[in-house]
Amino acid sequence: MADLVVESLTTMPNGQYYRLILRGESPLLDCRPGQFAEVRIDQTDVLLRRPISIHFVDKERNEMWLLIQKAGKGTTALSSIQRGNRLNLVYPLGNGFNATDNDYRHPLLVGGGVGVAPLLMLGAAFRNLGVEPTFLLGARKALDLNELDEYEKFGRVFLTTEDGSLGEKGFVTQHSVLSSEKFDGVFACGPTPMMKAIAQYAASHDIPCEVSLENRMACGIGACLCCVEDTRNGHQRVCADGPVFNINDLKWQI
Amino acid sequence: MADLKVDLGKGLTLSNPVMTASGTFGYGTEYADFMDISRLGGIIVKGTTLHHREGNPYPRMAETPSGMLNAVGLQNKGVDYFVEKIYPDIKDTATNMIVNVSGSSVEDYVATAAKINELDSIPAIELNISCPNVKQGGMTFGTDPKVAKEVVSAVRNVYSKHLMVKLTPNVTSITDMALAVEEAGADSVSLINTLMGMAIDARTRRPVLSTVTGGLSGPCVKPVALRMVWQVSKVLSVPVVGLGGIMNATDAVEFLLAGASAVEVGTANFINPAVGEEIICGINEYLDQNGMNSVTELTGALIV
Ligand SMILES: Cc1cc2nc3c(=O)[nH]c(=O)nc-3n(C[C@H](O)[C@H](O)[C@H](O)COP(=O)(O)OP(=O)(O)OC[C@H]3O[C@@H](n4cnc5c(N)ncnc54)[C@H](O)[C@@H]3O)c2cc1C
Ligand SMILES: Cc1cc2nc3c(=O)[nH]c(=O)nc-3n(C[C@H](O)[C@H](O)[C@H](O)COP(=O)(O)O)c2cc1C
Ligand code: FES
Repeated sequence: MADLVVESLTTMPNGQYYRLILRGESPLLDCRPGQFAEVRIDQTDVLLRRPISIHFVDKERNEMWLLIQKAGKGTTALSSIQRGNRLNLVYPLGNGFNATDNDYRHPLLVGGGVGVAPLLMLGAAFRNLGVEPTFLLGARKALDLNELDEYEKFGRVFLTTEDGSLGEKGFVTQHSVLSSEKFDGVFACGPTPMMKAIAQYAASHDIPCEVSLENRMACGIGACLCCVEDTRNGHQRVCADGPVFNINDLKWQI
Repeated sequence: MADLKVDLGKGLTLSNPVMTASGTFGYGTEYADFMDISRLGGIIVKGTTLHHREGNPYPRMAETPSGMLNAVGLQNKGVDYFVEKIYPDIKDTATNMIVNVSGSSVEDYVATAAKINELDSIPAIELNISCPNVKQGGMTFGTDPKVAKEVVSAVRNVYSKHLMVKLTPNVTSITDMALAVEEAGADSVSLINTLMGMAIDARTRRPVLSTVTGGLSGPCVKPVALRMVWQVSKVLSVPVVGLGGIMNATDAVEFLLAGASAVEVGTANFINPAVGEEIICGINEYLDQNGMNSVTELTGALIV
């Protein structure tokens, strides 16, 4: 548990997403891509912490980035936090993506909506391993796709929008790069229907696939059993046994 | 520094009155990164049943105004797994490790309690009688004084150490329930368990929880819990352990004033995983500021 200081808050062009850059007063704890933080929101009508993925960690500047969608009262209240304010975080939580276990040469990182958040850090991690990741990011409209220059620092970026205002028109699972190239690992985060569709693609092409789930949490540290997902190993805690799962362990009908 | 020690009787002595509530603190180990868990007066571990239970389907949690609903459904691996796999890891924790025992029949409760009676490093059980009695139509054990008496007496026969009985607030007369379990041999009572509630998503017109109803906890239940602790402590001779919505030391002091000898902290652990330690310090400060030498002076010291 630590207080981080708000360095900046940038509202994205769609008005719904914002990026928080937080600075540690002491060195930040080591975080793996796909891990998350439980953020305390000091509002009388917000009781529990809110789980938010670690978007990126800038080690040199000792900064952590979060990318947040205004989904309800907590995330909306947080969007008015000021530079210099403190934010209390319990982090790093969860298992994170397995970028290193396999010798991935051609990983595909698929994100939808605000689910792109953990992929920036994952892309950076692949880059550090000397592997160029391919990002496939989807959203409803062009305005929902942000920080593209950040992703381009680490890999190639392909886009889809439902209205065709940027990249290919349609869903990420319809993008032509899925048929024109062969990937050896798929990492996905976003709305469940999108992740299920991507899981189907990966399963039918025999590609290992990991997805990050966003079940509702209370404690975030594995103690309360509120966040469970029904897996092949029984009810598992998304906060402590996940949030990243291999699709073979899930009971998704794919 | 005031004396924080509390003796709940029958071999259960706490270094301070602050314990953590079952189902909110795992087996303690989950919180070891955030605080020195051995400083707690006690840790009441997850609800344990005779057999493995998968619990209820997701979603199991909903935040509500100043509180939360849960429908975990006593997910646990069963008492044998506890004895073989979990007990060895937690038995040397330097505080009272108390097992919360749940069941769906009197026989289940008895069998589970008997197994835990054999564990040297478990000084007490907390009998959770808020569970549905599957054999008798699903009514909870804790809502009928006769049934509650039956299950507590049966457990008393096989359990020789400190028997704490945890009461559900979902009753018409909490004092009738408390008197019944005391008469059946309880060494202390703890209250309250969660209040039955529900949450609806108007947008989808569906309940938020998979089970439709669930247990309400957190700050919103505190006034109900205080009232019940106050009523119960007036009629019982055995000690009362108070809980329900305790978020800080002041809340804990209020429960002691209402008549509790010790307290449990539940939902607050989710918001501040170091809250237990902070409450212990806060109670100590309160005693010092008020020139009190022992925390026992606070119990029932409400001025009315
Ligand atoms: C591991 C994990 C990582 C996450 N990472 C991010 C992230 O990087 N950026 C981001 O913007 N969001 C992320 N989320 C989702 C985020 O936690 C929720 O949007 C947030 O808790 C909503 O809080 P609120 O107070 O704004 O909404 P509330 O007022 O609590 O609820 C508003 C609406 O959101 C729904 N909701 C609440 N919690 C969740 C949830 N956990 N999942 C899905 N729907 C929910 C409610 O049902 C309600 O309809 C993540 C969730 C998890 C579990
Ligand atoms: C997620 C969750 C799980 C719980 N599991 C149990 C349990 O297994 N056995 C039990 O007796 N009480 C259980 N409870 C009830 C708590 O121990 C406590 O009685 C209740 O939450 C009120 O206290 P609080 O407001 O401080 O949380 C649970 C509560 C929560 C929130
Ligand atoms: S949120 Fe408590 S176990 Fe996952």
